Amino acid sequence: MTNDNSPQVDARIEAALAADTPAGLVDAVMGKVFARWVSAPSSIGEVYVAFTRDGMQFLRPRGDEEIAEFTRAYRERFARPLMSAEKAPAGLLPALHGRPSQTLAFDLSALTAFERSVLEVTRRIPAGQARPYGWVAREAGNPGAVRAVGSVLARNPVPLLVPCHRVVRADGTPGEYIFGAAQKERLLRAEGMNLDEVVDLAGQGVHYLASDTTNIVCFPTCRDARRITPRHRHGFGTVAEAVEAGYRPCRHCRPAA
Amino acid sequence: MTDVAEERLRDALTSDLDAGFAKVVRVHSGVMYAVARGVAALPADAEDLVSEAFLRAYRALCGYRPDRIAVLDLRPWLLTILRNTARNAARDAGRRPAGPPRHEPTEHDLAEGVAAPDPVCRAEQQETRHGLGVLLAELPEVQRTAVVLRHAFDMPITEIAQVMNVKEGTAKSHISRGLQRLRVLTAAQQAVASGRRGR
Repeated sequence: MTNDNSPQVDARIEAALAADTPAGLVDAVMGKVFARWVSAPSSIGEVYVAFTRDGMQFLRPRGDEEIAEFTRAYRERFARPLMSAEKAPAGLLPALHGRPSQTLAFDLSALTAFERSVLEVTRRIPAGQARPYGWVAREAGNPGAVRAVGSVLARNPVPLLVPCHRVVRADGTPGEYIFGAAQKERLLRAEGMNLDEVVDLAGQGVHYLASDTTNIVCFPTCRDARRITPRHRHGFGTVAEAVEAGYRPCRHCRPAA
Repeated sequence: MTDVAEERLRDALTSDLDAGFAKVVRVHSGVMYAVARGVAALPADAEDLVSEAFLRAYRALCGYRPDRIAVLDLRPWLLTILRNTARNAARDAGRRPAGPPRHEPTEHDLAEGVAAPDPVCRAEQQETRHGLGVLLAELPEVQRTAVVLRHAFDMPITEIAQVMNVKEGTAKSHISRGLQRLRVLTAAQQAVASGRRGR
């Protein structure tokens, strides 16, 4: 009972005070405050994935790590509590094996606008293809920021789901990867990219392939470039040279702005 | 909220921050929401405010050492964060054109315990729309919060004063004025209800 000598509270006031806590309040608040995690198989083995109501937020390989280690890394980066999810969100499992899903959303709210656009651009690179860092910088609206693109991708919160392994060096070699260069090469080969041919062409100074039947110039890994038969295929070091020779840049792989 | 229960929550936080925090949210969502309803116009806004405050609390806890968590009075601490969050949100909203200000009674109203402008008329509208619970919305925020904490959550005066950042005497007067006001409002509501039955 009260100890502040206040007058008695009558029944109607009691009723008014029985605050109208809506049903499901705790669940709703938990949903807004906590992010969830699942452990799931992927093309690089078992991974931990954290997601909010807005979408996928963080992915790291499970390895021998306990969930506590993932939780700690997540907390340092996103300052939000994590709890386990009952099941993986729709579209996550196929996406972890390189099959992109339209339904899979991302929560990139912790990133800067430039970081977000780098990831958006990278996300559009199809499986089996690769683009140079400089291309990503240009598509993200900042052609000079080639090294910055490398830094952003090195900290990619959602590798595999945003396929940063498909961003390679200008000389055609895979370059570095958040999970190691060897893993990057393995992923690219597993997706059907002919890495040896790309490196071989780059060694001869060829970074673009053009077809004299379509008069279109592409990146060597572009789906359209791979269909060019040897006798109609012409290599170029720069897009400008190809354009000079009468070719138009491909609208799919967009080798020039 | 017993001391033992609070103690258990603090232990849970120090042994596993995230799992412990889930328990904190489950235990304290109700009181957080009741206070949030005093400052948020819509139930959904109150829910967002509670969530935002919990997130701020979690971020603060991330930087606390276990010995600090061990002496933390969770409930008043959370409610203080909630009220600060609400104040910041109101200040941000103030930079945009807003709706009409929340009704604040004059000193005269407080002294007389009379709701302006016409309690009968207001109560009638309110009752037909939402029923009894809406009477609380007729109270200024300080009175509403004080009354709810005291009489719906049985919170000690010292803790109420701490949460509201006022002296204990002020907290008591918020409670008694709030109750007085509620009494006037319920009487008006009853009068309206019996008047309607008479027609």
